[in-house]
Amino acid sequence: MSDTLRPTTPAPAATAAPAPDGPPPAAPLLDVQGLRVEFRTRDGVARAVNGVSYQVHPGETLAVLGESGSGKSVTAQAVMGILDTPPGKVTGGRVLFHGRDLLTLPEDERRRLRGARMAMVFQDALSALNPVMTVGDQLAEMFTVHRGASRRDARARAVELMDRVRIPAARERARDYPHQFSGGMRQRIMIAMAIALEPELLIADEPTTALDVTVQAQVMDLLAELRRDLGTALVLITHDLGVVAEVADRIAVMYAGRIVETAPVHALYERPAHPYTRGLLDSVPRLDRRDGELYAIQGMPPSLTRVPPGCAFHPRCPRAREVCRTEEPPSHPVADGRASACHFWKETLDDLR
Amino acid sequence: MPDTRDPAADPDDARSPYGNPHEAVAPTGGGGALDLAAGEAGTLGAPERPRSLWSDARHQLARDPVFLLSALLIAFLLFIAAWPGALASGDPLSCDLALSQEGSRPGAPFGYDTQGCDVFTRTVYGARASITVGVCATLGTALLGGVLGALAGFFGGWWDALLSRLADVFFGIPVILGGLVLLSVVTSSTVWPVVGFIVLLGWPQVARIARGAVLATAQADYVQAARALGAGRGRTLLRHVAPNAVAPVIVVATIALGTYIALEATLSFLGVGLRPPTVSWGIDISNAAPQIRNAPHMLLWPAGALSLTVLAFILLGDAVRDALDPKLR
Amino acid sequence: MTSAEAAPRPVTGSGGAEPLLEVTDLVRHYPLTRGVLLRRQVGAVRAVDGVSFTLAAGRTLGVVGESGCGKSTLARLLVGLERPTSGLVRYRGEDITRLSGRALRAVRRNIQMVFQDPYTSLNPRMTVGDIIGEPFEIHPEAAPRGDRRGRVRELLELVGLDPEHASRYPHQFSGGQRQRVGIARALALRPEVVVADEPVSALDVSVQAQVVNLMRRLQDELGLAYVVIAHDLSVVRHISDQVAVMYLGRIAEYGTGEQIHDHATHPYTQALLSAVPVPDPRLRDRGGRILLTGDVPSPADPPSGCRFRTRCWKATGRCAEQAPPLAVPAALADDPTPARHPSACHYAQTRAPDA
Repeated sequence: MSDTLRPTTPAPAATAAPAPDGPPPAAPLLDVQGLRVEFRTRDGVARAVNGVSYQVHPGETLAVLGESGSGKSVTAQAVMGILDTPPGKVTGGRVLFHGRDLLTLPEDERRRLRGARMAMVFQDALSALNPVMTVGDQLAEMFTVHRGASRRDARARAVELMDRVRIPAARERARDYPHQFSGGMRQRIMIAMAIALEPELLIADEPTTALDVTVQAQVMDLLAELRRDLGTALVLITHDLGVVAEVADRIAVMYAGRIVETAPVHALYERPAHPYTRGLLDSVPRLDRRDGELYAIQGMPPSLTRVPPGCAFHPRCPRAREVCRTEEPPSHPVADGRASACHFWKETLDDLR
Repeated sequence: MPDTRDPAADPDDARSPYGNPHEAVAPTGGGGALDLAAGEAGTLGAPERPRSLWSDARHQLARDPVFLLSALLIAFLLFIAAWPGALASGDPLSCDLALSQEGSRPGAPFGYDTQGCDVFTRTVYGARASITVGVCATLGTALLGGVLGALAGFFGGWWDALLSRLADVFFGIPVILGGLVLLSVVTSSTVWPVVGFIVLLGWPQVARIARGAVLATAQADYVQAARALGAGRGRTLLRHVAPNAVAPVIVVATIALGTYIALEATLSFLGVGLRPPTVSWGIDISNAAPQIRNAPHMLLWPAGALSLTVLAFILLGDAVRDALDPKLR
Repeated sequence: MTSAEAAPRPVTGSGGAEPLLEVTDLVRHYPLTRGVLLRRQVGAVRAVDGVSFTLAAGRTLGVVGESGCGKSTLARLLVGLERPTSGLVRYRGEDITRLSGRALRAVRRNIQMVFQDPYTSLNPRMTVGDIIGEPFEIHPEAAPRGDRRGRVRELLELVGLDPEHASRYPHQFSGGQRQRVGIARALALRPEVVVADEPVSALDVSVQAQVVNLMRRLQDELGLAYVVIAHDLSVVRHISDQVAVMYLGRIAEYGTGEQIHDHATHPYTQALLSAVPVPDPRLRDRGGRILLTGDVPSPADPPSGCRFRTRCWKATGRCAEQAPPLAVPAALADDPTPARHPSACHYAQTRAPDA
């Protein structure tokens, strides 16, 4: 069952011709397979993540696009092993990091992995940083704890890091506390902390949502630059179609706990193969185009305790037929490195805008 | 604790759908709360009835074993406080010195105290004083503290400053010392001086909570919205602020009830609370304490009843807090 | 004051008849005090510091800016939730900032507000019907008692909600539905002006479009005038006739949507526009992106002269000494293109393509 749900892996050798912006053919760094996460709530069991599979290759940027409640953040938490349990619980699937299943790893081994080889950046930097420690000490601690560096050494590395994320007057500011920094600067500090040990995988959960547009641009630029320099793979979790278009290599669109479409970024924006993706793209007001009525996806995202049967999107889908109400669409391979969980992916794809 | 500072490992920052009402769990409407634009979405969910936050809290309480247990116990206590004769047939004041410190026997399961009074009967009759003091003192502090605190938080300014300082003064009075001084001049043997004393010293605690709750609620967008509609101060306070600020006051008051009962017993033990002939667990414990080696049963029963009563009210307070705490929804 | 004339109908030509709302030199400072007993003022947060504009009936003014620019304070001043330190807000020619009591309540019927966060702007202990009906209780003259239930049902229908759900509580609705409830409440008294503070920024992408469309439809049906406060330029562009770009309590640039978005002459507007990510990967490497350095200065201690000069790449000594007025720049006075509009910059100029 969960196997049919998996989007096709970017077929390694089957087709030699690489897609224009297809993923690199190497073995995936992170391979999430049929992940399931449930939450026990007062209203019943919420299937927050319902058979999610995706791969991230070394150095690649995968954007996980979804609205609130789509399960995009919960997936990341499960991958990082920082899910609140209870009420959350991983009920199935595998999370392979370099081929090793993280879900079966002992907790202390997982902890050593976190920070050193995979790290996370959160939306709210103020609550993610320790308010009673100077940022210099917090950064230095990454080196003393994970690398066994001396205090003096770690301190110097911390200042270096702050320089690297372009915090002005790093040496002096290392003595400041998180609340003394502006939102954009705090986000930089959190990014500094995440890249301190040069992890291979960085998961950024809405890293710029709380920031102003001009500051958001600065932070996204910084992320892109660091990613280039360090060769870090990035999983960018966001709801912002603009941000995705700017930085992603590949996109996984999530809806109601499932991945409904995966595609390279250009292909997805040009010809979406899922009506939900299509609706999202059409509903965004654009600066460079002004028309009358915006296209609006009707209805609203379902409650995770009451996901509609069949295709979860069918009550809102302009293309829904009887089969959508009864049969959960498997993940259809659309093209090289593309998949769509829609019975009518072909029609959607061919429906030119 | 290196992990708490590791951004990648800090579980507090994990925005689980449970912790953040805007994520995942929030669209409770789901299929049920149907949007006309949603068309058939409405057919998916079961029909949903209006559910107020109060009725939600009631439902949760009804399923909470801690609440059910404590409520059962309290119901029983209230019953014997109202009709002690239904359980104990004797008279708590008719004693026979010949039976002094006698142990358990048929008709007197808890034995007799130094005066030769039936411990069982006195323990049953003692509930009335404790419950009366607890309930009246709680109502008094909740009303006085709640109203004063709410007004201070809502109107602010010099009224708030005055009240806060006044509350500080009363906070500064040591309870036991204050009781020994103030109550020692009282000669009445009713419960009212003790109730009055507890209200006098207890209201600042409630007032602080009420003030804080009102201050926080007054900032809420829906209060601003009411103001933008032109709502007057009275309407804003009664319709929007008070109903949303009352929950913490209820919680504090419920938990305080247990401690007030304990306080009454303490004051009675020290001889400044209730006076004979009023029957009180505190007085009985006081009388029994010197004899603890010869006749432990004299101490055991009233002390046990007291502990159980205090525990019942504190558990009730906990359950009420769980049901009303807005952070959990 | 120059900016008063400069927020002008003549320039834009879209003002039409007599302005419904006329804001002149509006200032709101929050005093910073020190000491508990002897309060002395040690400074002021200049949240709004001299804002002027006009709004005609049935039109939409979009106010954009980043956090701390004073746009939310401006909204609160317009609906009377705050009193200005100085300046005027004229509604149909009458200054409403000094009104109180009955007169203020009467004006409030005509200027209503939609709040940003649909999760906190509805009283959780009231039913949706009571929330939408409350305006009638506050203003009993607006609807006879017997009519109110019917009016509430009408309003629910108007914003696309099921009238049968009037007895439900806010937490039983989704974010988008709650925002519709907030809109219905704002419309209950049939106002002429609706001030919307970030009306869609708390909503999901797929729901934002619904609410934007609803607001536009209601404007057409009811002839509403909107002041839409937002940080999202694309949303503002989509619904506004006029756009005011705010920076640190002042309007940096003012014009029609086309003038602002396609012919911006103020460096801040240009930077803001270039920073907005475009949902089209083909434009990814479009170049010409202006990356501002640093953060917005504190409104308690704004830079002298031009507020933007500390982050501006064009800044010169003149900018520190002399605050540029919001007016059509002299250099562009004879420009035939839409670049001719008020811009508070000494060096106002449109960007050369691919600068």
